[in-house]
Amino acid sequence: MPDLLLDVQGLETTFNTPDGVVHAVNGVSFGLKEGETLGVVGESGCGKTVTMHSVLRLIPSPPGKIIAGKAFFFGQDLLQMSDEEIRHVRGAQISMIFQDPMTSLNPVLTIGKQLEEPLAIHLGMSRKQAEERSAELLSMVGIPKAKDRLKDYPHQYSGGMRQRVMIAMALSCSPQILIADEATTALDVTIQAQITDLVKRLRDELGMTIIWITHDLGVVAGLAQRVIVMYGGYIIEESDVLGLYANPSHPYTIGLLGSLPRVDETEHSRLFSIEGAPPVLYNKPTACPFAPRCKWVMERCWNENPMLEPVATDHRIACWVDVKTGRPRS
Amino acid sequence: MSNNNADTLLRVENLKMHFPIYRGVFQRQVGAVLAVDGISFDVRRGETLGLVGESGCGKSTTGRAILQLYKPTAGNVHFEGVDLIKLRGEELRHMRRKMQMIFQDPYASLNPRMTVEQIVGEPLIVHSAATGKEIHERVENLLGLVGLNPAFATRYPHEFSGGQRQRIGVARALALQPSFIICDEPISALDVSIQAQVVNLLEELQEQFNLTYLFIAHDLSMVRHISKRVAVMYLGVIVELTSRDELYLNPLHPYTQALLSAVPIADPVVAAQRQRIILEGDVPSPANPPSGCRFRTRCPIAESICAEKQPEFRELKAGHFVACHFAERFL
Repeated sequence: MPDLLLDVQGLETTFNTPDGVVHAVNGVSFGLKEGETLGVVGESGCGKTVTMHSVLRLIPSPPGKIIAGKAFFFGQDLLQMSDEEIRHVRGAQISMIFQDPMTSLNPVLTIGKQLEEPLAIHLGMSRKQAEERSAELLSMVGIPKAKDRLKDYPHQYSGGMRQRVMIAMALSCSPQILIADEATTALDVTIQAQITDLVKRLRDELGMTIIWITHDLGVVAGLAQRVIVMYGGYIIEESDVLGLYANPSHPYTIGLLGSLPRVDETEHSRLFSIEGAPPVLYNKPTACPFAPRCKWVMERCWNENPMLEPVATDHRIACWVDVKTGRPRS
Repeated sequence: MSNNNADTLLRVENLKMHFPIYRGVFQRQVGAVLAVDGISFDVRRGETLGLVGESGCGKSTTGRAILQLYKPTAGNVHFEGVDLIKLRGEELRHMRRKMQMIFQDPYASLNPRMTVEQIVGEPLIVHSAATGKEIHERVENLLGLVGLNPAFATRYPHEFSGGQRQRIGVARALALQPSFIICDEPISALDVSIQAQVVNLLEELQEQFNLTYLFIAHDLSMVRHISKRVAVMYLGVIVELTSRDELYLNPLHPYTQALLSAVPIADPVVAAQRQRIILEGDVPSPANPPSGCRFRTRCPIAESICAEKQPEFRELKAGHFVACHFAERFL
């Protein structure tokens, strides 16, 4: 499909641990259209971060290993590229913002130095050019007196400002795709609102394509156009954003949405809770990975792992049960 | 706030907690971090009072100062009519049986070298509340109460998931049958699906044992869900305090309004229609707070009086307290 900017097919990633081989990603396929914002939602250990790190080949190997799959970006398979080739893609064409702005900046280098580095490496700018561009980038993400603040060190910036620096750095080479991994999780709500606002503004101005990884269904609702929900290394639901929230169809998604109290809730009722805990997969599942926690579990769920199948336009789920009737889906 | 209700379990009056800053070779005191700077509130028996605010606003310090884990700089803390600040040694230890705490991080707040039985049983031993076989029975009971298999008593914390560890923390807090529990961000380290489990457990236990909670959190949705009344803190002071529905429907302080509008709502239709108030800048340092109103540097409606005079924390409607010079505008 030529209109896909990124086309991931059948991605599988494992990690060797002392306790055995953990199957973190178990056959994930998704496409990313140019200009769209894709939300990737799931709890810790669901494989959302490992999926994106695999695509960018950021998985430390060993212990990690990409055992299957393809990831086409402009017709080229990122997973087959040489280390040299992928380095030209990373940071320049696909860039990433990480969760913790404190640990992803180098504390002994000035903000300016860190911003100039990708400009010099990927775009071959001279020091002077890089410095000017860095100041531009900083003011673009809303840092006042950008030129002076280039000389500051990360500890002189607050958490929200550090995350702005990370965004400026990620955007410095005008990438085609921006991947934000829990980019606002470590921030306070008012600062989180500042950052999501900034991302929306930049997206509209620059026409960026974004993958927004988060555990927060609230943030995704306000930001994404399409959402993927992951569980146990699988995509279990995929839909346009309106369809997902209006009509969640996988028992896990229903449970997640039900377990969230809403700030505009008026009636008090017990939260819907999903019993048990997310699995650690030492074997590639042959049954539905959610079956042990599912309220609607049936005989078939224990024997066969469901594939993603459409339930409506732009809406697919991996589940044997039609939750509305409690009976198998036909 | 002078209603001397019989059902008031805890009364905090003008509580201050300042941490000195020392500098130089001679370690002279050059200033202080005003973590909590004069707050007053009541907690009624059987209710849950939510205490919300962003990081560094002093909400956790408030909890610790109430339990006398810190020695407050000034103010009074009356628990069941007894001023905790005047108590020393054995008397204070005796009061502590009635007040417990559940901590934020279930990974850091359990000793990895102790078994679950030792962890949950320790308060019983320290306070000589049980001996010998009785301890074992009580621990098994407590584990059952919080939804853990009593057979797990011999296991170590690392063998449990985050949600299960927080249940161990809850069991430990319940061991001495307290009447008051401070929950300091008890769910913020947990996954979404697990948060609901722990909150439901806390609610069930509250009904069963008529517990009173001070629920400290930054998650406004969860605080709205669990609390009867909510206090909003900003930079060491309470800016607004009222019943939960009143706070969420008619917030009178500009900070509360901004905070509420910034909370993401898991509904794309509502999210698209919502008017959000985006606050500029960051929270100032509590070592050098702004003069007058603490919030004025980020406040969309600040005027010159806000820099000159600290707004009084006043009751603008029945049971609705707010500290803002211009709160009447929002009535």
